[in-house]
Amino acid sequence: MTDVVKTIYPEPEKKELTLGFIPLLDCCVLVAAKEKGFFEKYGLDVTLQKEASWANIRDKVSVGALDGAHMLAAMPIATTLGLGFTKKPMLTAFSMNLNGNAITVSNKLYERLLKLDPSIETQPEKTPSVLKQLIDQDKQANKPPLCFAMVYPYSSHNYELRYWMATGDIDPDNDINLRAIPPQYMVENLKEGQIDGFCVGEPWNSRASQLGMGKILIAGYQIWNNSPEKVFAVTRAWAEKFPNTHLCLIMALLEAAQWIDIDDNRQVFADVLATEHYISLDADIIKSSFAGNIHHANGKDKSSLADFHVYHRYLANFPWCSHACWYMTQMIRWGQLKTEIDMKQMAESVYRPDIYRRAADLLGLGYPSFNYKMEGINNSDWTLQNAGNQFNLGADAYFDGRIFDPDNLIGYIEETDISRLAINLNQAKKLN
Amino acid sequence: MSKDKQQLNIMLIDELPERSMAMEKLLTNLGHRIVATVSAGDDLTTMVNRYLPDVIIIDMDSPDRDTIEHMHSISAERPRPIVMFTNDDDSETIQKAVKAGVTAYVVDGMHPNRVMPILDTAMARFNEFQAVRDELEKTKNTLEERKLIDRAKGIVMKQSNLDEDAAHKAMQKIAMSRNMKLVELAKSIIAAAELLK
Repeated sequence: MTDVVKTIYPEPEKKELTLGFIPLLDCCVLVAAKEKGFFEKYGLDVTLQKEASWANIRDKVSVGALDGAHMLAAMPIATTLGLGFTKKPMLTAFSMNLNGNAITVSNKLYERLLKLDPSIETQPEKTPSVLKQLIDQDKQANKPPLCFAMVYPYSSHNYELRYWMATGDIDPDNDINLRAIPPQYMVENLKEGQIDGFCVGEPWNSRASQLGMGKILIAGYQIWNNSPEKVFAVTRAWAEKFPNTHLCLIMALLEAAQWIDIDDNRQVFADVLATEHYISLDADIIKSSFAGNIHHANGKDKSSLADFHVYHRYLANFPWCSHACWYMTQMIRWGQLKTEIDMKQMAESVYRPDIYRRAADLLGLGYPSFNYKMEGINNSDWTLQNAGNQFNLGADAYFDGRIFDPDNLIGYIEETDISRLAINLNQAKKLN
Repeated sequence: MSKDKQQLNIMLIDELPERSMAMEKLLTNLGHRIVATVSAGDDLTTMVNRYLPDVIIIDMDSPDRDTIEHMHSISAERPRPIVMFTNDDDSETIQKAVKAGVTAYVVDGMHPNRVMPILDTAMARFNEFQAVRDELEKTKNTLEERKLIDRAKGIVMKQSNLDEDAAHKAMQKIAMSRNMKLVELAKSIIAAAELLK
């Protein structure tokens, strides 16, 4: 087996690697690559290092203390742009997963929402407008604003929470307080009443819900079906210095993602993930979340969301440049990006389908020949026909029925009611 | 220049009380004021808004970095937002800080000359503690190794009917001829014995 690998695949330039991760369910792709021998298969000796913050992940990858890491999908873009403290060109050739987030609120806030409209229990799409009513009542009564938390300014959680609120006409910069809290501290903060709700990756919503400390209002999947979540990222300089190692890593991760996307494998693997070295949490919670269980609101019922966690199917690992563009539109919408840029050019320098295709080719996996796709047009699974290949893709609908067209990026931003623009859209139009 | 102008208000975020006490003393000696010492679970946002530190020194093992970085993005209402301290464009400060395991956030616009001595002091303290920790780790490893060698020696004594000294010498000879460490050989002997049980 080893001989075959050596003859077909390029020899990695660097074999001993340290990769960083944050204790979240979606680090399972990296952990499976290590524990199930996929890294080893390609001659890589990988140490996985748990990190305490996304800032550490960014800085350690930037200065080479880590070879690469589990990263928020928006982070390599933000870091390349020099947003968020450090400027360093980064890239990703591998999307680690889709979905896996949820918005959870305190029991107290949930009771208040339920009193205003009991139908939210079964109709999560109503939650933002009911929350808006509640916020307006509080304002009239001169009560202090609610406080919500997410994990990092350049995170899917920040953007999902803001998107969800804005559909209910809530201005996340003025109507509530918003702060960043690390995932593993969310439940504690909710319990102590420091915050009224949060948007975080699994298993932390399930944990709050199962411990009876909070209620899951809505899954990230319901806000944007099959949205890109984490990526595997390295610096551009690293990728240029060790191209074969990078390719081997992507191949190993692709195989690991295929393996972990099978539910039976995941259920067994939950015991490994639960250990102290990785997520360090009760395996039952991990198993339940992996199975797609969402423990709802009343504490008794649970619903099942088949696509709560997507690791490989639906071309989940393909780094769509359109996904990178969507994140940039959100950075612009919320005033994080303060200069006009050519978004597609930036997307193509950070998101690298070309490298993904080389890895997929070596593994005999198919891939699309184009880099951009529309979002918000499919309400259920659909078939993508491309260059003689057929791909089963998942739904891509947004909560509010909007459509994202990567060929109309500025128009998409212009359509938003609530925003905090810091750039001139007319200037930006000349570049996009 | 008066001393007051030089004095900076510093917040320490460190999980190790010993280390943070040592740092507090050193930084006070440099003429600065420690306005707060924060540990896990404290409400950082409230503390920062209350004490308005000029400099935040933070242990990189603390998860609070993400909270601080977000405060920058929402600090429009605060006159001086907090930014990560870097002394240069090529991230040399970050590199040194990552190595030591400590970093600093400062109010925007502060001159590096005022902050560098503080960060240098913190990095030196952290490196010193790292050295202490490494030393402990090494002692622990040596002990572990000795235990393994003793266990292997016991197996050899029993199997080959040798006394302790002879067993030790036999093991040394094999380890030398195979160019392996004695502890590696010991591990192999223990593994083999378990297999043959």
